[in-house]
Amino acid sequence: MKTVFERPQSLVDTSFHFCPGCHHGTIHRLVAEAIDEYKVRETTIAAASVGCSVFLYDYFDIDVVESPHGRAPAVATGIKRANPDKFVFVYQGDGDLAAIGTAEIIHAANRGENITVIFVNNTVYGMTGGQMAPTTMLGQRTTTSPYGRDFAQDGYPIRMTEMLAQLEGVGYAARVAVDSPAHLGKARKAIMKAFATQIENRGMGFVEVLCTCPTNWGMGPIEANKRIAAEMIPYFPLGVYKERTGSDFM
Amino acid sequence: MPRLTIHEDRCKACGLCVEFCPKDCLALSDKFNPQGYHPVELVNPDECTGCAICAKMCPDVVFKVEK
Repeated sequence: MKTVFERPQSLVDTSFHFCPGCHHGTIHRLVAEAIDEYKVRETTIAAASVGCSVFLYDYFDIDVVESPHGRAPAVATGIKRANPDKFVFVYQGDGDLAAIGTAEIIHAANRGENITVIFVNNTVYGMTGGQMAPTTMLGQRTTTSPYGRDFAQDGYPIRMTEMLAQLEGVGYAARVAVDSPAHLGKARKAIMKAFATQIENRGMGFVEVLCTCPTNWGMGPIEANKRIAAEMIPYFPLGVYKERTGSDFM
Repeated sequence: MPRLTIHEDRCKACGLCVEFCPKDCLALSDKFNPQGYHPVELVNPDECTGCAICAKMCPDVVFKVEK
């Protein structure tokens, strides 16, 4: 009998603290599969963020440094520059990467830091209580936009992947989702490519993953999962926005 | 025949596996697990093809699939 699917080795055999239906668990698993695939478990150092992904160190069987809110790319820069032979990735949510840590991610990308970034976009601040994030959709109700996000007051949802893809330092930029088996396959492939980008020294590998937050959206897991295709993908189009090959590397 | 191992204690009854199983093999049971959720169970084992879509959709890595 052949094993078709089992828990990746890099994922510690324990329960996640995430809410039912939250995609963080799925994305953790995809990252762990990439760590196993490239056999970098012994040489990986992650820079964890603040938010629901804060307990990364409990779930991955690797070394993890906990960063101040939004500063994971700066911490990862230091780790990678001091230890260029290590594999370094950051895992950040949208409140962390696209709000508090905007400066850190943009400059790390612009410097072409050779790190891998997993950006989890669920259009809301999760752990802190469902406040509006820069990625919150127009009309979306959150605890700080109780009448729905209004562009006149709050601006528009920010598209990080498009923004970072234009920076020369970024070697790979893609946006994926994990709401269906087909999207999951593409998400797995994109995360693998972002890992390969770092291993081949081609600059920052950036993957944005569209993800649910059933609790803070006030939805059940199935309904929240459907919202990704219905509302998020039309505004945040999926796809590979940049993929450097060796020949066009400056 | 494929073998589906379900780690019931980890299940949070989100129902994504039930929703995406192409053969409707899975359902949430009536019993409770230690976390207080109704864990998923295999109700239609003969139809299971071992496609592992349930395992891939599961956010809590509840399944192991062999075939």
